[in-house]
Amino acid sequence: MPSEKMLMRGSHVVGEAAVRAGCRFYAGYPITPQNELPEYLSKRMVEVGGAFIQGESEIASINMVLGAASVGVRAMTSSSSPGIALKQEGISYMAGQELPGVIINMMRGGPGLGNISPSGADYFQATRGGGNGDYRTPVLAPAGCQELVHLTFDAFDLADKYKTPVVLLGDGLLGQVMEPVVFPDPIDVGTLPKKEWALTGCKGRDPRALFSMLLNVDDLYRHVLHLQEKYDAITAKEQRWETAMTEDADLLVVAYGTPARIAESAIEELRSEGIKAGLFRPITLWPFPSTPLRNLAAQIGKVAVFELSMGQMLEDVILAVGDRAEIYFHGVPGGVIPTPSNVAHFFRSALNGDGKLGRRIET
Amino acid sequence: MTAETAYKKVFGRPESLKDAYTHYCPGCGHSIAHRLVAECLDELGLREKTIGVPPVGCAVLAYNYFNFDMVEAPHGRALAVATGIKRASPENFVLSYQGDGDLAAIGTAETIHAANRGEEISAVFINNAIYGMTGGQMAPTTLLGQSATTAPGGRDAKLHGRPIDISIMLSHCDGVAYIERCSLASPKHIRRAKNAIKKCFQVQIDHLGFAMVELLSPCPTNWKLSPKDAWAWVNEVMVKTYPLGVIKDTTGYDEDKK
Repeated sequence: MPSEKMLMRGSHVVGEAAVRAGCRFYAGYPITPQNELPEYLSKRMVEVGGAFIQGESEIASINMVLGAASVGVRAMTSSSSPGIALKQEGISYMAGQELPGVIINMMRGGPGLGNISPSGADYFQATRGGGNGDYRTPVLAPAGCQELVHLTFDAFDLADKYKTPVVLLGDGLLGQVMEPVVFPDPIDVGTLPKKEWALTGCKGRDPRALFSMLLNVDDLYRHVLHLQEKYDAITAKEQRWETAMTEDADLLVVAYGTPARIAESAIEELRSEGIKAGLFRPITLWPFPSTPLRNLAAQIGKVAVFELSMGQMLEDVILAVGDRAEIYFHGVPGGVIPTPSNVAHFFRSALNGDGKLGRRIET
Repeated sequence: MTAETAYKKVFGRPESLKDAYTHYCPGCGHSIAHRLVAECLDELGLREKTIGVPPVGCAVLAYNYFNFDMVEAPHGRALAVATGIKRASPENFVLSYQGDGDLAAIGTAETIHAANRGEEISAVFINNAIYGMTGGQMAPTTLLGQSATTAPGGRDAKLHGRPIDISIMLSHCDGVAYIERCSLASPKHIRRAKNAIKKCFQVQIDHLGFAMVELLSPCPTNWKLSPKDAWAWVNEVMVKTYPLGVIKDTTGYDEDKK
């Protein structure tokens, strides 16, 4: 039976959803704005017989997750932007070793230490990966606490299904905001599919080794092609997006995560004035829902991209849409959260054809 | 008299070692250390529950030689990976096998904190005072005056800093139950090293905390010495900076339990 409706903070929501999704290992290092997540799990993980470790660094923490994942346990770490930068080495190794794991990033302003306000400046870091080598990580971008519940479950399922690290990309606002949520029943971890590759000790079988080093060029060539086949399958099967008010739209707004919530309010404001805008919200940032976006953009003819960065998802929109529609861009950096009215003003400018393709429009 | 009764097997490959040729250089200490680890695992009946974490360094391919489950760790992170394994699966016997660059330079933080938390992990630390796999660069443990490709005039305290004694550092951590430094450079020393490794493993079986054996290990190739001279260098020169013996022991074991 699902839980009763509860009012919970985003960071706590991830923690509770992870435990219910069968996560039994967490390691992380404190960083604002997501400290409430490790704080929550330091108690909750112990209640369910899992392991919680406050690592000595983000680097140690992701590698603890690598170790826990290698024995087949659902494992997770969390951090915010600069901390995620430190985890990239471990993420690359996990991708190469084909180890599942979930990495929560509640983005904050950058570059460098930046600030602790909500940001979208790590879209590149999440979707392109900061680690070395030819690898990809699925990236899920929730826009609210209830979706955070479901995408946390999905993140663990995707990680296990494809034997890959999965990034759940929120921002400081999502981590801090309180919203009503309902949780699904906890998964009985005993019912999860058995991981035949996991290390258990070699009793009754040949020893297993999990590694990413393949010195023979033919071996690495085949391994990378194998990974690519997996990424192709994920691209084919796992794209997710949502649209709103697009049927009669003259302008297609593209936004993910928190900015999509602001954009939705802005669109409602415009609609009350009789201006018809609609929303395309990518939920998987990798794989990016390119084809549905391309089709919708071609049909509507004008696209307005809104991000809390200086144009990162914008590149994926341009790759998807090409010259099938005019593309306008509004980026807000530095942890500033614009009001719906501010964003509505940009959408009006875009609809009037102000600004240039893919360029920031001052509002 | 049948063949079975005429010959008694007195020596063979430990079950914990695969039937494989290693890539180690002639005279390298790794082959000996691998065998000692394997013999101890066999004798303690641990092979089938062991999960090992090799380093990045000369022993990076240890999973091709050890006959038990292993998982690769990024350079220096072996004890963080081992921590994750042990906490997620406490019933497994968890072993890290690391060189001096891995354990005492790039992985210093992971080493100190895993030890200080008293993680129930057994660490085998190979100290050969040089970076072997990358071709003879200065290690954190390179001796003063010792030549390396990145310290061509010899290690100079002012230019390069002094060698680090990580075993002594770790001995100050409360989570550490046992640390001993041994040499791999004579039959007598090798026997002593085996006892130490076995005791290091017993500490984990008995849930006493973190345990480590540091093995002073010859690297004839990068020291540019013959294997015989490399043995002499370990026992005559290296031990002056890294004296052999028990560095910490809170196990309370009788000597015969080793």
